Parts: sequence; structure tokens; C-alpha cells
Amino acid sequence: MATPHSISIETVAKVANLARLNLTPQEMATMAEQLSGMLEHFGGIDKLDLSAVVPMAQAVPLKNVLREDVVMPSLDRDEVLASAPDAHDGRFRVPPSAGQES
Amino acid sequence: MSNASSAPQHSTALPNGWEMVVGLEVHVELDTKTKLFSASPNHFGDEPNTNIDPVTLGLPGALPVLNKQAVELAIRLGLALNCTVQPSTFHRKNYFYQDMPKAYQISQYDQPINIDGFMMLPGDVRIGIERAHLEEDTGKSTHIGGSSGRIHGSDYSLVDFNRAGVPLVEIVSRPDIRNSDQARQYVAELRAILLAVGASDAKMEEGSMRCDVNVSVRKPGAEFGTRCEIKNVNSIRAVGKAIDYEARRQIDVLESGGTIRQETRHWDDAEGRTHTLRSKEDADDYRYFLEPDLVLLDPGTEWIEQIRASLPMLPAARRAQLATLTGANKESESVYVVVERGQDEYIAAVAQAGGDAGRALVYVQQAFAEEGATPAVSAAHLAALTQMERDSKVTATQAKTILAEMVANGGGDPAAIAAAKGFEALDTSAVEAMVDAAIAQQADAWAKYCAGEEKAMGALVGAIMKASQGKADGKVVTAILQSRRG
Repeated sequence: MATPHSISIETVAKVANLARLNLTPQEMATMAEQLSGMLEHFGGIDKLDLSAVVPMAQAVPLKNVLREDVVMPSLDRDEVLASAPDAHDGRFRVPPSAGQES
Repeated sequence: MSNASSAPQHSTALPNGWEMVVGLEVHVELDTKTKLFSASPNHFGDEPNTNIDPVTLGLPGALPVLNKQAVELAIRLGLALNCTVQPSTFHRKNYFYQDMPKAYQISQYDQPINIDGFMMLPGDVRIGIERAHLEEDTGKSTHIGGSSGRIHGSDYSLVDFNRAGVPLVEIVSRPDIRNSDQARQYVAELRAILLAVGASDAKMEEGSMRCDVNVSVRKPGAEFGTRCEIKNVNSIRAVGKAIDYEARRQIDVLESGGTIRQETRHWDDAEGRTHTLRSKEDADDYRYFLEPDLVLLDPGTEWIEQIRASLPMLPAARRAQLATLTGANKESESVYVVVERGQDEYIAAVAQAGGDAGRALVYVQQAFAEEGATPAVSAAHLAALTQMERDSKVTATQAKTILAEMVANGGGDPAAIAAAKGFEALDTSAVEAMVDAAIAQQADAWAKYCAGEEKAMGALVGAIMKASQGKADGKVVTAILQSRRG
């Protein structure tokens, strides 16, 4: 049953595709049910008048955490590339992209 | 970059009353020592993968820390573009691509650092700036195999992360641009501003300044048409060519009864055309959410005002000042070129030394192309040369010769050079004698000239210049001839 907070199978399929997750129909049904349950849980917030509340940017009460512009040593390239599945000519070798360019 | 000059190259009008609507998204790499969120060097041209660290590579547990200098440079640029600097947040822009190892780019979304600015173009054209926000650059992929070196059909890709995490500002204009001249002027002016405030070296050929162009067409007053985004526009010249091509392509489609699909297109500079890169029917869904590892950036009035006070005079103000000093039009090529070279203060020094600023502008534009902001020729010597020309001690042609000698020698006293070359001024009575001799020798030409045939004057002037061995002032000769004719 659709409620204001329900997540449809279609939405789950779309998000799964964007996240490159391969879900079975059974898994999608489970996810839709669980995600709907979570939204339902927070649905109580809708009953509050929040018009005077400034949206919170961060959970931590900090701002302007900044670093001076000073160079620190980089990682050793050979060591890094040795941990990669494949490398060539000082670079990471990867399969033709299955993704999208920004 | 040699093509930054704003020399006018007019675009032709669109057919059948069509109007183009253009907006630009320009990415610039900020001139910091380190990356936006980590301490690896921000340096172009190094060996692949030598400027990398756990944050750059997106290794588990690595946390970003914002670079203060990148923030300062972003604010400098924002203020120079007349933006409001506001408290801002960072978001994750999620997508999968091999040059983003975290599978997201940290960018600014609904609360960018700079909003609502503008830039003025020649003719008092105002182009709105929607936003100028901070984000990190991506790594660089090289596609190997396949036919074209592009991603389609390639066998594999090689990835270099030196550029990943380099601080960028993306400057988004409002769709206020109406022709390719304005687009080129916008990019050239933005580049001049970036250089003036020290935010970026803005080298399009090295990719530290990159343009994406949004183009649509409409009939004036109609709703905006469907737009296409053009990528890979890598020079100011290409910005103009790509826009003109794309507007005409869209008009052809519409006039033959077709519709424009919203899509991303690729500019092929060699072929001079755009072609489809990908359709945007699947609207980009980057699932932006607040970056939990970064806190609010709220620079505060004190820091912002401190930065504002430290800004240099901007190119537009320098051009206006130079125009006032020299009497030239502030939109003239000489004023643009000289300010771009940073030689306007030198011309002010020439004027200060008693020189003619208008003549100095001409000399400097023509002869000092290879000189920097402080030419080897001293301001006092250039001032002296303008005085010699003004007082008719040398002719314009002789002054040019003297100037060339001064530039070649890295300086020198113009009076001494004039003396060495025998450029002594002929007094007017000597010139008058030569004029009379020429009239006697060239009776035919003189008769024609007296009958109103102006071009007959050329033979007379030529004879006089020859007799004077080039020492006579062409303007004086002409004046005497005119007065003799009566």
C-alpha cells in the first residue's frame, strides 16, 4: 500500500541502477519495504512546525576548519601502483569505462 | 596565450531573425601550492601519479581538510566579479568514472561561496554571473586503442591522479550572451580578471581554464529554446567558432521541421563542427548530498573585507584610466592590448615625465609587444621622443626609426640617436624651398593638383621627400602645398 512515505519498487530499481547495484526482484521488494519503514519512522517530523528552524548544515558545531597551503610529501608511486590491480607506464590501467563522464 | 587579445572579429548575423542565447560555464584551476582537500602539490606537467596522497586516491579513512588559500583565491575572484560572498557548504556529486576514485566529486551545490555577480563587456553589455563555486578537479584518463583515442571503442584507459583534487572554481554565467563576439569578450575578460587578482594562471592550452558552452536559439522575445552543452572548447577562438557552428546547426534542424534534443555535444576543432557526445534524456542524477566530512565555510565580514581591500585595480578600471590619460577610446584595441601587457603604468610614467600620453600609447602598442610591464626603454627617454615628434624636431617616420633603435638597444637617448642618424630638423624655410623646386620640376602634377586632382599631390610629396632624404616632415610638406595652392 502506498503511503506518503513509501518507496516504490521503481524507485529502488532506479537508485540501484545509479549505484550500479545488481538486485534480484526479491531483493528489490525487500529494499522497498525496509526503506519505506525507515521513512515512516521519521515521518513524525512532518507533524512539527519547522518554519522557524534554520536547516542544519552539519551535525558538528564547527565551522571554517581550514589548512594552510603547505606541501607535504606525496605517496611513493611504485608502492601505490603495486597495490593496484593493474598498472602501466606509471599510471593505473583500468578497463574501458562503464560509467559516465561528469 | 596569444589569442587573448580582444581585437574585434565580428561574427555574422544569424539568418531569418534568429537569436542565439548563450551561457558559459568556465572551470579555472586555482593557483595554490597544494590541492583543495589535501597537501599534495598542485603542479602541472609532473610525472604521472607523483602528486598523490590518501585523500587524492580516495583511500578508506582518508579525510578532506579545506585549503585556506583556495578559499581566499575563490573569494578574490568572486569579489572581482561583483559577487556576494556567503556562508557555504560542500556536497558530494556522485557518479562512477575512473578519474574519480571516491566515486564522487566534492563540489558546492545549493550554497555556493559566490553568487549573483556580473561582468561588463564593451558597449555597456552586462553579463550576469549566477555563481562561482569551489570544487575539486578530476584525474586525467588516456584512452588506449580504438580508432580515435576517445573512450568509445578503446581497449583500456590509463589514469593519472596528479590533477585529481586540484582546486577549481566553476564560474557560471547567466544566459545573457547573444553572439559569439560577446562570448569571446567574456572569456578574454574573465581571463584578464583571473590574472589580475592572481587566482589562476588561466592557461587554456594547459587546461587550467576550460570552457563549456550552452547554446540555444529562439526568435527574439520568445521563450528560451532547448539548449545543448558543448564541451572541449579549448581556446577563445574555438569558443566563437563552436557557438556560431552550433547556433546554425540548431537553426537548420528547426527550419527543416525538426526539434532540438537536450544533449551534450563535443567540439571538434579540426573539423570545425560539434557532434553528439551523449543524450541528456536520462537527466543527470548525481544524488547530491551534504559532505559529512567537511564543515560550514563562513568566511565572515572581516576576512572578506580584508580581501576586498587587497584587490588590485581591475582591468576595466585600468583601461578607463588609460583611456582618460591618452584620449583614446576605452574600448579601442590599443587600450586593451596595452593593459593586457601591463604597460599602462609605464605610459602614466611617460606622461609624468612630460611626454605626450597619446603618442606614447601608439609607440608602446606598436613597438613594445615583446616587452613586459617595465620596458627596457626608460619612461623619460620615451617622453623625450614624443616631445621631439610633437615639436617637429623629427618626423613621425624618423621617430619610428629612433624608437626601433631604442628598443633594439634596450634603451638610449632619442636625441643622441637622432643626431647620430643625421635626423636634424629642417627648418620650414628649407622645406618651402624644396616645395617650390618640386613645383617647378613637376609642372604637370602641380597643374593637376591645382585643378583639384588630390592624388596628384603624391608625386609632389614624393619628390620633396626624396630631395630632403626623408628629413622633411610629411605633414609640414602637405600643409605648405595646400597653402601654395591657396
